[in-house]
Amino acid sequence: MKRRSLFITIAGILGFIFLYAPIVSLVIFSFNKSRLVTVWGGFSTKWYGELLQDPQILGAAWISLQIAFISACLAIVIGTLAAFVLVRFKKFRTRTLLSGMITAPLVMPEVITGLSLLLLFVAMQGLIGWPVGRGITTIIISHATFGAAYAAVIIQSRLVDMDLSIEEAASDLGAKPIRVFFDITLPTITPALISGWLLAFTLSLDDLVIASFVSGPGSSTLPMVIFSKVRLGVTPEINALATIIILIVSLGVIVAALTMQKGNKQNVA
Amino acid sequence: MNEQTCVIDDKPWLDARQPPFIRIKNVTKKFGDFIAVNNVSLDIYRSELFCLLGGSGCGKSTLLRMLSGFELPTSGSIEIDGQDMAGLPPHARPTNMMFQSYALFPHMNVEKNIAYGLQRDGLNRQEVKQRVQEILTLVQLQDFAKRKPSQLSGGQRQRVALARSLVKKPKVLLLDEPLAALDKKLREETQFELVNIQESLGVTFIVVTHDQEEAMTLSTRLGVMDAGEIVQIGEPREVYEYPGNRFVADFIGSVNIFDGRVIEEDTNFVIIRSEEAKIDIHVSHGVSCTPSQKVSYAIRPEKIQMCLKKPKNVKNLLKGRVNEIAYMGNLSVYQIELEGGKRVRVTQPNTIRSDEGAITWEDEVYLWWDGAAGVVLTS
Repeated sequence: MKRRSLFITIAGILGFIFLYAPIVSLVIFSFNKSRLVTVWGGFSTKWYGELLQDPQILGAAWISLQIAFISACLAIVIGTLAAFVLVRFKKFRTRTLLSGMITAPLVMPEVITGLSLLLLFVAMQGLIGWPVGRGITTIIISHATFGAAYAAVIIQSRLVDMDLSIEEAASDLGAKPIRVFFDITLPTITPALISGWLLAFTLSLDDLVIASFVSGPGSSTLPMVIFSKVRLGVTPEINALATIIILIVSLGVIVAALTMQKGNKQNVA
Repeated sequence: MNEQTCVIDDKPWLDARQPPFIRIKNVTKKFGDFIAVNNVSLDIYRSELFCLLGGSGCGKSTLLRMLSGFELPTSGSIEIDGQDMAGLPPHARPTNMMFQSYALFPHMNVEKNIAYGLQRDGLNRQEVKQRVQEILTLVQLQDFAKRKPSQLSGGQRQRVALARSLVKKPKVLLLDEPLAALDKKLREETQFELVNIQESLGVTFIVVTHDQEEAMTLSTRLGVMDAGEIVQIGEPREVYEYPGNRFVADFIGSVNIFDGRVIEEDTNFVIIRSEEAKIDIHVSHGVSCTPSQKVSYAIRPEKIQMCLKKPKNVKNLLKGRVNEIAYMGNLSVYQIELEGGKRVRVTQPNTIRSDEGAITWEDEVYLWWDGAAGVVLTS
């Protein structure tokens, strides 16, 4: 018994090292005084300071945040609608097809998604004259499409668990359908909406491939800027930037998980 | 008020001049090909506590959901207090429902749960507060107003659900298995509480239940449902003592059934020859049947006498051997195997403490009953 638990402990530690050692070393080297990335020259936060001086990175970060925010909002609206259709309208002919199509972006290679979206935008510009060129708008649309897929899956699972009789109870007590939605349904699925939004937000912030396809001049996102910089060699500045991004993303994921968990607990009532 | 009107007041269904409060007329509900409720007609009177009793899938809940407006009848009509319910959505009906799962709003505290219905009626804040306070006092939950449903016990949630559905003073309160989620002890206490509340408020209650004991304790009248149809309507005693057919006799309480054939038929007695019992059963009242008609004779276990010595001068005497004894505390259930192999269930109250001289396994016993103790079932 003792042996086995020791084995599990060691396996666990090795697993975590494998997963997180690169990230931890990145974080540590972001505090490196030396300009050489691989040689430790003492503790310093100067690269963080320099980062704040770099207009190119700050500009890209601002664009990325805008895109992430707007596309996450769009994703939530589309995802909620899709989830509702899938959960509440049990019988319609293309149900299986729709359900498959909604989850498809989760497994589709990003290169294909990006390429197809690019072709679509080019064709659309030719046909209806919108969107004009590639830029922030096209990135937002692209990110909203795959963000919606994640949001739909999360909201769907929440809706499936939801006790329909509480909606019936509200309407029995005199609430009209629209009131039932805002008083009962929305508060019940709020945790799913929040975690779906946060997930869509972080996914958009992380995305490099799709954004590269559909971006245009003046709309380079943060991952794109980092990538192009890294091709010229990794600098401690990039390490600092990566550390900040890791912080933001993990905060987002943790908050998403906690809200979902809290909501589940309440729903058990 | 003389005695005569008093009786009629208590039992409006006996008075032909009394208009029914709820009138269900030829209601049928189909889900695809499946007929959940089949041509049900039912009159329920003001301030009644009516129980719909039946096994799962018999259509009792569907009938309740049609009253509340969650399901629409495929055909037929429902009237409440003279108003046709057709086309009225749930939020516009004068009914409130207490759900089996209680369906409390998990994100609102007790007070807000109860106030929700009143707020939808546009009552002012002062009045809402007062009504909520009143109903909380009635269900003895004054100290729990600020709790969330997740912080309450099962019994407390049940009372919140009851309070929430009663606070709007509906014309009809529909209760779907209101006590099913409570444990036995609590359920028995709550049964009486429910009857008291119903009597003090005078609201018409319709209760759906699969528990026959619960239905007997609660109801003024009950309707037994089977396969989408109402098979018998009556007061609890009436349904128990005079079941209309084999299904009801078997469903309500336990019963011994002997199949037989009428061999003698008169205005004040009937004799049934039963191959199973190997005797001629003497019935001391007239039954509307024809000679040589096939019938079933039903007798309740507690109406059969049992002893070790052969009694003298009794009719309907059987002999058998004790096969099985179930000691239940207040009474014991005996399973007696008759000479022909048929098994009969007999219950006896345990009036003395010691088991000396008591009937035990493998004893030869005599069973007999009075000519008026059983019921002749022709269907």
